[in-house]
Order: sequence, then C-alpha cells, then structure tokens
Amino acid sequence: MSSPESSAYENTEAAPHGGPRRTEWPLFEIFIRGQHGLSHRHVGSLHAPDAERAMQNARDVYTRRKEGVSIWVVEASKITASSPDDKGHMYDPADDKVYRHPTFFDIPEEVGTM
Amino acid sequence: MATDAQLLEWLCRMGDNALVLGHRMSEWCGHAPVLEEDIALANTALDLIGQTQLWLGLAAEVEGAGRDADALAYRRDVMDFRNLLLVEQPNRDFGHTMMRQFLFDAWHIEMLRALKGHEHEQISAIAEKSLKEVTYHAERSADTVIALGDGTEESHTRMQAALDRLWPYVGEMFLSDDVDRAVCDPAPLREAFDARINAVLAEATLTRPDSDFAHKGGKTGVRHTEHLGHMLAVMQFLPRAYPDAQW
Repeated sequence: MSSPESSAYENTEAAPHGGPRRTEWPLFEIFIRGQHGLSHRHVGSLHAPDAERAMQNARDVYTRRKEGVSIWVVEASKITASSPDDKGHMYDPADDKVYRHPTFFDIPEEVGTM
Repeated sequence: MATDAQLLEWLCRMGDNALVLGHRMSEWCGHAPVLEEDIALANTALDLIGQTQLWLGLAAEVEGAGRDADALAYRRDVMDFRNLLLVEQPNRDFGHTMMRQFLFDAWHIEMLRALKGHEHEQISAIAEKSLKEVTYHAERSADTVIALGDGTEESHTRMQAALDRLWPYVGEMFLSDDVDRAVCDPAPLREAFDARINAVLAEATLTRPDSDFAHKGGKTGVRHTEHLGHMLAVMQFLPRAYPDAQW
C-alpha cells in the first residue's frame, strides 16, 4: 500500500524522496500475530489518517483470510531504521565470531529439537 | 407464530436489504477515493452478499418451490423486491454512500441483536453470524461520518447534504406490519437507534433534520424508487442473458 511519494523513514535512503504529499495520509507499518504464543510479524504497510483508522484498514487489508489474532500499527516515520551505509561497521565484525553460535554443545537426544 | 407466507416475506425483506446494499457498495470497487477504502468497501459488500445467501437461502427453503437463493436474487423483478427504500438509493458521492451505510448499520445492528435469541433456530443462527460483521460495519461507518462531518468545510457540507437527503428514508426502517410483528417488530428498536445516531451526529457536528416525514413502500413492495430497476438491470444482466452460466 505504500507509495513512492512517501518517505517511509527519517534519515535513511528513502528520505531524499521528500515528505508525504500534503493530500496524502501518513504511512503506517502493520504487524500481525498469527496465533497466540507467536510474535507479531511485519506484514506490510498502508496509509491512514490516524492510528485508529490504520487499525481498521489493517483489519480489512491484512486479516480477511484469518491471518491474525492481534494487530499492531506503527507510524512509519516513528521508526528509526539503520542505514545501508553503516552496514560495514554494524554487521561485518560478527563475520569471524562463529563461536557466538551455540553449535559447539552436544545436545542429549532426550532433549529433542531445540 | 409466523405463517410460512409471512416468514417468506420477512426473509425476503432481510435478504433484499443485504443484497441491494451489498450491490450498491460493490459499485465502488475500483473507484473508491483511496486504495484502503476501496478494499474496506468491497469487504462490506462481500459481507452483505454473504448474508444475502443465508437469508434468501432460507427464504427459498421456506417457499419450497424449487427456487434457490440465486433464483430469488437474479430472477425476480423490481416489484417483487422487499428491501427498504434507503438501501436502493444511488451512491452519489462518497459522503452519501457512507451516510446511507451509517443509517442502515445503526438499524441493522439493533435488528440483528433483537434476532439473536429468536425462537426460530436458523434465524437466530444467521443473526448471530451477521452481527459480528455488522458490528464492524457500524463502527467503521460511524467513524467515517464523524471524521468527514467534523472534517473540512467541504466534507462537512457534503455530509450534511447527505443526511438531509437520506433522512426521509429512515422512518421506513421502523414501520411495522403483520409480517414484521409475526417475526420481529422493528418499532421498539427506534429508541436505541436514536441514541446511537444522536451521539454520532453530535460528535460529527451534523444537524439532525427536524422532519420525521418518511417515504415508504419499499419493504412492502408497493412502490420502489426509480433507482432500483436500473440497479437490477445491471445486477441481473449476466444471469438473465446467460441463464445457468457456470464458471
């Protein structure tokens, strides 16, 4: 539901596209929890005049086929996103630290799948 | 206790309301002011057409003449329709569409609540299922009426014009005859309806018209407005041109 005219996030590569058009509703990101016990997952985005209407729109756009039991809506401009330019120092240092993966333990068979 | 003839007539009233309003809403598909609203209107249309299948399906069963819901929907002419005059009114602008929806929802939700515990098992089951959908319709249409009524000068003017134009069709929803009284009398629902719409109109800064003049004749089939025949011509074209078409 997003439009190329919108700047979804502040201070990221999307920013140079400019702010939302004056006639356009703000962009909301939609998170839906599929079943009890699972976490909310990002499913997409849509436009709405306010959070309550975003909730109703999310209900109509994203839960018509019984996809969820709970909805979160977040105004996209409230999200602070990491910048692709920073990916070197943000993520590369983890490359050579395989010991951080818990793959060096012997799991007893009785435990089953972890 | 309703006779079969009364029950058939009453079920057609419920089914035709849902069918005609559902079709009117579907006319917006692809034309709504924003994409999100387009999907919401289409969802409402589909809910109502789903309810039509239940009401007219039961009507066909009660009639026992070998017709089904499709035959009732697509092979009756305008004089056999039993819907309220309100729901056949044309969409005009988005404000008229949402005001019509709001006024109907406010009646519909009270009607379905009253029917939920009905002694006729199938009627109460259909009411219970429909009530969940209609509770959402009512919430959404009320929010839209408030947002547009208490919005810009233009949206306010359009919503007030819609209310003034549609108000004379409100009274028919609460008129009752022997058919209504045999199943569920709508007259006592007026109080809850008034409370609901007065609260919403106040918040929407809209003025409720003074006159209680009511056009009537839709649900009794005496006199529909000129709009219904044109709507049916579009709605029924395909099954009439290609009877029993399958896809």
